[in-house]
Amino acid sequence: MVVLNGSTGEAMSERRIVDARGSFCPGPLMELIAAIKMVQVGDELEILSSDKGSAKEIPQWLNKVGHEHLGTTEQDGVWHVNVRRKK
Amino acid sequence: MSGNKISIVVLSNHREQLQMAAMIASVGAVSDREVLVFLSMNALRFFVKDTSERADAEGSVGTMMEQKNVPPFEQLFEQAVELGGAKVHPCSMAMDLLGLEQSQLQSYIGEPMGLTMFLEEAQGGEVWSF
Repeated sequence: MVVLNGSTGEAMSERRIVDARGSFCPGPLMELIAAIKMVQVGDELEILSSDKGSAKEIPQWLNKVGHEHLGTTEQDGVWHVNVRRKK
Repeated sequence: MSGNKISIVVLSNHREQLQMAAMIASVGAVSDREVLVFLSMNALRFFVKDTSERADAEGSVGTMMEQKNVPPFEQLFEQAVELGGAKVHPCSMAMDLLGLEQSQLQSYIGEPMGLTMFLEEAQGGEVWSF
């Protein structure tokens, strides 16, 4: 999905969904890292993980390497981890 | 900086051991650690192109890993290289013993390395063995 600027209607950044449901640690983290390399600095990604350990580990990895964790939500056993590429 | 370095000696033909080695290699490499993987003994044959060799499950967790969608250890080692810049080298002794050439191994694997070079590279950093 494309995130639009509310006042100008211009695309501010693109949010890419990375569907890693069904994969186990460290699969979701690796899928996220592969996806981060494909987007621009400032772009957002949302990773879907059914692996609870990965949902906890991904924010720790983001903190370690210096990307932004925008928040995590959980719905029906799927964690949605929102990320912004910072560098 | 040598203190940032993780060197992993991989010898086993058991899935649980190989999986843990691959997890440390891949997560370490993408977390800004310098990672060197040294493949030798029974582990090396799993890295031959188009091999039909399969690692022994080892235990009940290894069996579950085969049944569920756990990333294969071969894929994690490749991601360690592709995504994190890890270096993976085969042991030159094992290569000679098995009669293997580098071209027969997966393309992400580097040149055969002897122990003199490995010990030099590993000096001062962490060494893990599986």
